[in-house]
Amino acid sequence: MIDLNQTFDVVVVGGGNAALCAAIAAQRAGASVIVLEAAPKFYRGGNTRHTRNMRCAHDAATETLSGPYTEDEFWDDLLTVTGGNTDEQLARHMIAESKPMLTWIAEQGVRFQPSLGGTLSLGRTNSFFLGGGRAMLNALYLTAEKLGVEVLYDAEVVDLDITRGEFRSATIKRGDGRITIKGRTLVAASGGFEANIEWLKESWGPAADNFLIRGTPYNRGTVLKMLLERGVQPVGDATQCHAVAIDARAPKFDGGIITRLDCVVFGIVVNKQAQRFYDEGEEVWPKRYAIWGRLVAAQPDQIAYIIFDASSLELFMPSLYPAIAAGSLAELAAKFGLDAAVLEKTVADFNAAVRPGSFDHTTLDDCRTDGLTPPKTHWARRIEKAPFYGYPVRPGITFTYLGTRVDRSARMMLRDGGPSANMFAAGEIMAGNVLGRGYAAGIGMTIGSVFGRIAGQGAAAHVAK
Amino acid sequence: MSQSESHATAALAEADRLMTVCNSCRYCEGLCAVFPAMELRRSFGDGDLNYLANLCHGCGACYVDCQFSPPHEFNVNVPQTLAEVRAQSYRAYAWPAALRPVFDRNGLAISVLAALAVTAFVTGFIGWNDARVLFAAHTGPGSFYKLMPHNTMALLFGAVFLYALLALAMGARAFWRDIGEPAATLSQPKPLLSAVRDAGSLRYLDGGGVGCYNEDERPTDSRRFYHHLTFYGFLLCFASTSTATLYHYLRGLEAPYPWYDLPVVLGTLGGIGLLVGPVGLLAAKWRRDPQMRDEPRAGMDAAFLVMLFLTSITGLLLLVLRSTPAMGLLLAIHLGVVFALFLSLPYGKFVHGIYRFLALVRYARERHDEPTG
Repeated sequence: MIDLNQTFDVVVVGGGNAALCAAIAAQRAGASVIVLEAAPKFYRGGNTRHTRNMRCAHDAATETLSGPYTEDEFWDDLLTVTGGNTDEQLARHMIAESKPMLTWIAEQGVRFQPSLGGTLSLGRTNSFFLGGGRAMLNALYLTAEKLGVEVLYDAEVVDLDITRGEFRSATIKRGDGRITIKGRTLVAASGGFEANIEWLKESWGPAADNFLIRGTPYNRGTVLKMLLERGVQPVGDATQCHAVAIDARAPKFDGGIITRLDCVVFGIVVNKQAQRFYDEGEEVWPKRYAIWGRLVAAQPDQIAYIIFDASSLELFMPSLYPAIAAGSLAELAAKFGLDAAVLEKTVADFNAAVRPGSFDHTTLDDCRTDGLTPPKTHWARRIEKAPFYGYPVRPGITFTYLGTRVDRSARMMLRDGGPSANMFAAGEIMAGNVLGRGYAAGIGMTIGSVFGRIAGQGAAAHVAK
Repeated sequence: MSQSESHATAALAEADRLMTVCNSCRYCEGLCAVFPAMELRRSFGDGDLNYLANLCHGCGACYVDCQFSPPHEFNVNVPQTLAEVRAQSYRAYAWPAALRPVFDRNGLAISVLAALAVTAFVTGFIGWNDARVLFAAHTGPGSFYKLMPHNTMALLFGAVFLYALLALAMGARAFWRDIGEPAATLSQPKPLLSAVRDAGSLRYLDGGGVGCYNEDERPTDSRRFYHHLTFYGFLLCFASTSTATLYHYLRGLEAPYPWYDLPVVLGTLGGIGLLVGPVGLLAAKWRRDPQMRDEPRAGMDAAFLVMLFLTSITGLLLLVLRSTPAMGLLLAIHLGVVFALFLSLPYGKFVHGIYRFLALVRYARERHDEPTG
């Protein structure tokens, strides 16, 4: 049995990649560490469960990476996806630290493989976890436990004792009661608030009720809220979240990556009035992947339908739920509860506007519409070959951007000025420092591992002083 | 997630559902052969699923690595479902068809068969031999044949062995046809060699590199170790019998042979493997996470392991006690067990090796033909 009356050197709140990297780094540096994970054991790890790779800079190809990815190139990519909405000093520090991370994380038992089928575009930049994110978590937990890190599941933190910017203790729910865990340092690695519908409603209104959450129901942002209320500086846009269009048949929570659909380019997207509302051919993956969640969120009832025909069915990865098929557009409209006449007219108008071209879905090709509003600027082909297919889609929320401001040592910045002496943050809870908006595949894991390790080492060093 | 195709059994329908889920995820493609083979397909007919099920070694890595395994509502449990499909496929391929029900209560059927065979041999030995001869100490070459004439023994075991071979070959043919692989693949040396390598090393029982998962998310390589003991023990015993046959017919040397002679050395080493291996595998089965077990088929697995163990223990006892009056009965018991083992080979867990090997041949062929990139 764990003695919960002792004062731990490091109290880590959260149970994902960042939390475990912090716990392992701190324990290896000689500190006593307890991990407080709000989820039950099966659901441990927050969004890490659903990840599959991390993006680290490296100077040469490896067994699993097809070529070098320099720090400068990483920085350029980050600059592009965030549109400059990043802290350059912090970001460059993270990128530099991501280099040794590839070795360090492998030493903690995490195994890599070459990029997964269908993700060749990431084969040079991103290191894929053998077996995916849960396999990665399992490896980190095994290592942490072997080192002597204490882990509590179902341990939601409901209160934090912070006095004059200094952490004293965390109170957790334990069965029917509460227990206060005393600690010399805090590492907050408990993610964002994407599963907290009430909080999402503050920015999105009732529309948030129709959002699907891609991760577990445990990412509620309770600790983030408490920290911001108790004097920690916020960072990132409180109203923004990363949303993609996912299959509307997905469960409310934890559908993960497999409910994603990326067949927008092969057809048209209509709302519940059977009207198109955005250029389906505007962007290449992954950028289009990240804009469609937001677009659907702005439509009535936050639902839309991707409509395509038989010529496109096998051009994209097999989907979790089969496409809904119909012999005619009217039949398809009926299956989705759309007005058949309007859908037929929308498709007819679209077909009439399609210009001839040579179709190539891997580049921005010359297949486009003429005289249509909104236009489809690439990959436009007539939808005419039965059977017709459709996928219903809704916004799927991946993560939120609001977080705690930190310095290079991952110490939380206080509103009164200066870093906290003993409070650190790592992972999604502070991702907004580096990733003010947008997303690049695998960068969440980089933020988690790098700042997790920095926070763990910093916390241990603070205690040793 | 429901597929429109209809399937022969509920397990196949569930396997179709799971492969559809897995094919939209693909996180497990580095763990074993099943997932890369799955990715070559967009839909899954019964033949495809039987192929994938027999390709699966049951290492459990995909279960502990899966973010959607139970209690998740997607309820993705590939090892258990494929184990069930696999066991049902053994039944479906059995020849002659009239004997398929042997797979329904396999543990019972094989126990009864073993009991009958041992009883028959003991009764035969008692009936044919004078009690003074049966319970006398015999030594030197030909002493076994004082109790059962060599030609009778050779004829009986030759016949049961050939029958087993025929039945196994018919089963293999049924599997090959079901998965839709052309006969020509079997004449390509590359896939065959690669399958021999993969099967011989149990390449896909290593959870993607750290060992298989049995009780929980902690990897262990013990099942692979015990399986190697069992399999190579079996091969050594088979080599021992084959050498002895050659000794008999080519060199005119009659069993029993001295302890240092090749048949005895091979048989003893193999016998030890067949004692330790099956016990280790049974223990691992006992400890296996119930979520991954195919409970109704536990009897089949146990029956085969117990038969191997009994073959070995009676053989080793016979070796140790062959100059004592106990030899006669021990020989009868050993022959009874071996007879039952041979006869049951096509109707028990032994067939997994045949179908898995063939599945690996097909997998090697598919991977080789696949356009790179």
